[in-house]
Amino acid sequence: MSTLYALLFIVATLVLVIGLALKIKQYAQTPAPLKIPTTPAPITEAGVVMRLFREVVFFESLFKSTKWTWIFSWMFHMALFAVLLRHLRYFIDDVWLPIELIQPFGKYAGFAMVAGLGGLFLRRIFVDRVRYISAPSDYLWLIILIVIGMSGLMMSFVAHTDIVMVKQFFTGVYTFSWGELPVNFPLIVHLLLVALLMILFPFSKLLHVPGIFFSPSRNQVDNPREKRHLAPWAKALEEQE
Amino acid sequence: MAKADFEVPELQEHVDVPALEEGTMAHLKPFVVKNPDHNTDLGFPGELVEDWHDKTLEKLDDLRHRYRSLQVYLDACVKCGSCTDKCHYYLGTKDPKNMPVGRQDLLRKVYRRYFTFAGKFFPKLVGAEDLTRETLDDWYSYYHQCSQCRRCSVFCPYGIDTAEISMAAREILDSIGYGQKYCNEIIAKVHKVGNNLGLPGPAILDTVQGLEEDVFDETGVEVKYPLDVKGADILLVTPSADFFAEPHVDGLIGYGKVFHEAGVSWTLSTTASEAGNFGMFIGSYENMRRVSMRIRKAALELGVKRIVFGECGHAWRVAYAFLNTLAGPFDFLDPNYPVPQHICEFTDDLIKKGKLNFDKSQNDDMTITFHDSCNVARATRMGDKPGGQFEIPRNVIKSVCNNYVDMDHNTIGERTFCCGGGGGLLTDDLMEIRVKGALPRMTALQNAIDEHGVTHVAAICAICKSQFTKVMPYYGLDMDQIVSVHQLVSNAIVLTGQKTEGAGEAAEAAG
Ligand code: HEM
Ligand code: HEM
Ligand code: SF4
Ligand code: SF4
Repeated sequence: MSTLYALLFIVATLVLVIGLALKIKQYAQTPAPLKIPTTPAPITEAGVVMRLFREVVFFESLFKSTKWTWIFSWMFHMALFAVLLRHLRYFIDDVWLPIELIQPFGKYAGFAMVAGLGGLFLRRIFVDRVRYISAPSDYLWLIILIVIGMSGLMMSFVAHTDIVMVKQFFTGVYTFSWGELPVNFPLIVHLLLVALLMILFPFSKLLHVPGIFFSPSRNQVDNPREKRHLAPWAKALEEQE
Repeated sequence: MAKADFEVPELQEHVDVPALEEGTMAHLKPFVVKNPDHNTDLGFPGELVEDWHDKTLEKLDDLRHRYRSLQVYLDACVKCGSCTDKCHYYLGTKDPKNMPVGRQDLLRKVYRRYFTFAGKFFPKLVGAEDLTRETLDDWYSYYHQCSQCRRCSVFCPYGIDTAEISMAAREILDSIGYGQKYCNEIIAKVHKVGNNLGLPGPAILDTVQGLEEDVFDETGVEVKYPLDVKGADILLVTPSADFFAEPHVDGLIGYGKVFHEAGVSWTLSTTASEAGNFGMFIGSYENMRRVSMRIRKAALELGVKRIVFGECGHAWRVAYAFLNTLAGPFDFLDPNYPVPQHICEFTDDLIKKGKLNFDKSQNDDMTITFHDSCNVARATRMGDKPGGQFEIPRNVIKSVCNNYVDMDHNTIGERTFCCGGGGGLLTDDLMEIRVKGALPRMTALQNAIDEHGVTHVAAICAICKSQFTKVMPYYGLDMDQIVSVHQLVSNAIVLTGQKTEGAGEAAEAAG
């Protein structure tokens, strides 16, 4: 069992890292031939960094649009962030101070995460427009994340697991000398779905994570009159003449 | 009220987000290119090719490798629904395929089916679908119900711009010989004659000479409207509608008066007698470039130092955001001025320097509001600060009118609602979507009329002006309630040496 999980996580990590790297490479290498920032847009690089920062941290555009989705979504993502930071303690030996400090919040952030996901799920079912655009996978993602969250919360608050063993197992995987995982049903489910999430990440809509940084309407500087912008294929087109 | 063979939505106080109703607009398709020359002139096959299936996929694959926007937008959508109630065409038609994400999905499901792992092996799970003849017809229908206004991209958390998807889809359709008559015919005309309306040089000359006479009769000042004058300082490129249609031509009269007062030499060009560039609407870089090159050529031939664009929304997008890319570098022009410059920037600059005299009372019979045209608002800038595209035209209007009010702030600025006729939809065969899509704009306008006594709406886009003229009567408004911004300037400007009305009458009385 432990060996199976160790192998599963090795595969999952490889798929996640390589898959994501290939996608990022594809995005980076595909030219954006025209200047298409959605204006009003920043006219400096620093302005663009700020714009992206506001999008990634506050979901600015979503906030402009619909407050309910924003509340649920922001709650889910911020809680997810806190939870993931808290999880770092399973993977690194000397836990950094900031991660130590967020431990107590991280524990309760799990509830916020599941609540946010629940809100998004209800929205998907009850708002006719959102229902119309949803494929089965859109519901499944929410369900996977909810089950990951619930099983995690089970471990934190109901059926505790031996987290020292969990840590030994994962740090062991680095050196291919893993020990035993504790036998704990929530943990088995938790880890199985986490591995699934990692494997599907580069093939799914979770590509919104790299995507947001490569979106030309958000990451371009509004300076077309000042600076000539020319894609390689467009340049080749000019040279043909 | 204008007659319609479809149901014209009724104006309410608010535009409520409607419950969706599938297929309400599936019947609407613009005319397909009939004369194969209009395709082949643009570099497309004359008619639908036999191996359209493979060719479609080939083109989609080609485009996603050439446009980062397309590749990222096809991948990144999380179906959050944020854009679903932002499109004026959805609000006016209830058709879910007119929700921005619904529109994107028409292409996305094919992308997923043939180019993604999940779609290849688990199509049902991720909503991937085979490419069929019906898919093509659906594309043709719904990608010609998008005005490429980018309102959706403002509200999408990743800035996914359905306009980019529509352009790609139209380019694919063109590449298999399934092009739209209206756009392709016009582009063919530009390539051949130099403007969208197919006006030949002598007709333009005739028009501008007529304008000179009219302005002289009215003001007693010899304002010139020069055509093809070598060595002029400024080349004015303006939409061809400015040469004859109301209220466009009043704007052109206004530009001439401003240039006259500025004391600069300027000229129009017969070969570049069109600011519009429908190459953008069909998403064709090559055609957009070809149309743009005329302007570069005209500027070189005439030996001008600056290029100024007249009032046209999508033209300003191509000019401001793309011209340098498509037809640059413009190192032969005077570097002290932006290349190109918008006529509103030009006028605003003179106003700020106190070089123009106005009698604002000439516009006192109107209470004006301003319609931000989508392409100007969400794809360009004016001046040197973000948002100048909103301030500068308003500043110009307020400098020449005493009565100005904005419409509801949710319907202006970056949130502006499209007039309903942009993006290559300004054709009679699409009247139904044009009228229905105008609902949010007409609602905001009607509210401004009811609450603030607005009498006229000003715009800086030839398409908006034509669309308003056509569509306002369907909503019980008058077609001449739409005016050009430079028409207002023209009304109020006091030319040096102009005979004032009072003086004119006195002279007549004495004589
Ligand atoms: C290999 C990766 C992971 C491991 C080894 C792991 C392990 C654990 C363990 C042992 C707990 C119980 C903590 C306790 O008893 O105090 C837990 C809790 C939790 N996990 Fe994970 N987990 C992983 C990945 C994830 C991921 C990707 C998510 C979110 C998508 C997640 C969400 C949660 C939540 C919400 C809780 C409950 C709140 C908390 O204690 O932080 N876990 N996880
Ligand atoms: C740079 C980091 C990220 C940003 C800026 C971001 C942003 C967003 C935004 C704006 C939405 C749309 C609103 C919504 O429907 O919830 C969204 C949706 C979503 N995100 Fe993220 N996200 C990030 C990272 C992640 C990660 C790491 C995961 C998963 C492990 C994730 C999973 C999801 C899911 C499943 C949805 C769809 C929710 C739904 O069904 O409505 N996101 N994200
Ligand atoms: S670009 Fe405008 S018309 Fe097209 S889908 Fe978006 S909001 Fe609708
Ligand atoms: S707002 Fe953007 S991510 Fe959300 S459904 Fe629309 S296109 Fe997709």
